Amino acid sequence: MTAYRIRHTASRFLIHLALAGGSAFMLIPFFWLLSSSLKAPHEIYVFPPKWIPDPVRWTNYREVFEVVAVARYTANTMIVTIFSTVGVIISSSMAAYSFARLRFKGRDIVFGLILSTVMLPYVVTMIPVYILFTRLGWIGTYLPLIVPDWFGGPITIFLLRQFFRTIPLELEDAARIDGASRPRIFAQIILPLARPALTVVLVLSLLYNWNDFLAPLIYLHKRDMFTLALGLNALQHFESGLDWTHYVMVLATLMVLPVIIVYFLAQRAFVEGIVLTGLKG
Amino acid sequence: MQSSPAQSTPAAQTDRGLRFFHRLSFEETFFGWLFIVPAVLGLLFFRLGPVFASFYLSFTKYEIITAPRWIGFANYTKLLNDALWLRSIEVTLWYVSLFVPLSLTFAYTIALLMSRDVRGITSYRTLWYLPSVVPVVASATIWRWGLNPEFGPINYPLKVLGLPAPRWLTDPDWIVPSIVFIGLWGLGNSVLIFLASITSVPRTFYEAAEVDGANLWARFRHVTLPLTSSIIFYQLIVTVINSFQVFGVAYVLFVSNPSASSAGPDNAALFYVLYMFRNAFGYFRNGYASAMAWILFLVVMLLTIVLFYSQRRWVYYETEGGGS
Repeated sequence: MTAYRIRHTASRFLIHLALAGGSAFMLIPFFWLLSSSLKAPHEIYVFPPKWIPDPVRWTNYREVFEVVAVARYTANTMIVTIFSTVGVIISSSMAAYSFARLRFKGRDIVFGLILSTVMLPYVVTMIPVYILFTRLGWIGTYLPLIVPDWFGGPITIFLLRQFFRTIPLELEDAARIDGASRPRIFAQIILPLARPALTVVLVLSLLYNWNDFLAPLIYLHKRDMFTLALGLNALQHFESGLDWTHYVMVLATLMVLPVIIVYFLAQRAFVEGIVLTGLKG
Repeated sequence: MQSSPAQSTPAAQTDRGLRFFHRLSFEETFFGWLFIVPAVLGLLFFRLGPVFASFYLSFTKYEIITAPRWIGFANYTKLLNDALWLRSIEVTLWYVSLFVPLSLTFAYTIALLMSRDVRGITSYRTLWYLPSVVPVVASATIWRWGLNPEFGPINYPLKVLGLPAPRWLTDPDWIVPSIVFIGLWGLGNSVLIFLASITSVPRTFYEAAEVDGANLWARFRHVTLPLTSSIIFYQLIVTVINSFQVFGVAYVLFVSNPSASSAGPDNAALFYVLYMFRNAFGYFRNGYASAMAWILFLVVMLLTIVLFYSQRRWVYYETEGGGS
């Protein structure tokens, strides 16, 4: 019994050691990012690494606004993120309701086609879609980043459909007997009941658009149109003749901070979203 | 994985049952189609249409300003003599062969450890997942410093101990391993998915195995592994597809503008999609880049098909009660 206890405690200890060690590995980069953002440039690349900035240069956070158009980039990123997210939620929830609840010929074929594009590598669609937007004269505007989201996202549709199917049919039937139309049932019964699933979709879409690098890189070329991702990339390659590493770190911190805050606030939604999209149906 | 939506789940059975009562009504068909109009247009214009369009473009010379001109297989034959393209294949395959096995085994092992319901599991889960929400540009920024051979914290302990410290992002031989390393920082995503599937294995299975005298290894080998194999399979496919398309990290770390002619020393960071991107958006060789896209697409599809065939031999599906 005691031998078992010792082995049990030992294995517990080892598991904790591995998980805690890993957690430290996951966290140290964040700590360093924050710490470097508060240093003078010549204190960032030193050996041995200095973990705590001394002195703490809060002025970096003021100065960065003079070096880069931080406010502008943030506003741009927010525009893209908000309009895309609204679009993907409206268009996908409508489609998901139809796929989950309405019966009509061809429904399952269309749904199957949409679902099959989840696996489609983005590189195959990238060039023709770019050409399409060139023809429309939309290069250099936010439209190529926003408009596709108004036409449904396969994963979002799938995720919402799975959830809508769990809402009891009786609720809908009762409303129909009272003479409610489909759009009304959708807007007044299904959507309010689907709040947990909508939160998941909301959070994932905000995250995706805020972080996105490739699409802005393809479509936005003028500096004052840049999103934070593009701004941060550009700042690293900008030859100013001065060492701007601390400003790069400040900008990265400013970009990551909202993401981390939302992550901690909506952790459940994140975890559920990952698991739902990962575990398929 | 593309299981037909109308499995015999309870919901589908009620669906069928209901058909006796209401026939398919016009009203339902009308709103059914109305609600999916945007999604169907999206499917046609942003997904299926472009797939076919890029197939067509791959047989043309097309530089946006002029109309596409049919040139048959010229793009494809030209690719075979393009040293940079071959280099990009080499880099990408090297990356895939490192990243896929490493990330899957690591993630699965960590998930196994987390499933041993240890105290503080939620905080571990939170912390491990955290890097996955970081934008790719920021994580490249962070690791540009983190992997700095002189001053970075990864080489710090190695130097203190007097061990050989790799030159990571500046040594051609270490660039791909560096990108793998950065990728592994974002492991939390797979960990969470594996964890969810491991913890959903019914406890009774383990109890039954224990009664039969199965030790820890046997329980893992004959209960956990088979019952999570479908998720392992799914993750394998997703990871393979994504690994072939690495772009952001390499771009931020090694490329300063779309037409930059190199990607790291000795082009060691010239990933497939990076080279494709350069051709499409740096040189506007759209036909040529489309040919590259289609080759990648075919390779990924073939691999997926091969994996699907192989899964019959190692993936275990429960016959009832799965899904939704």
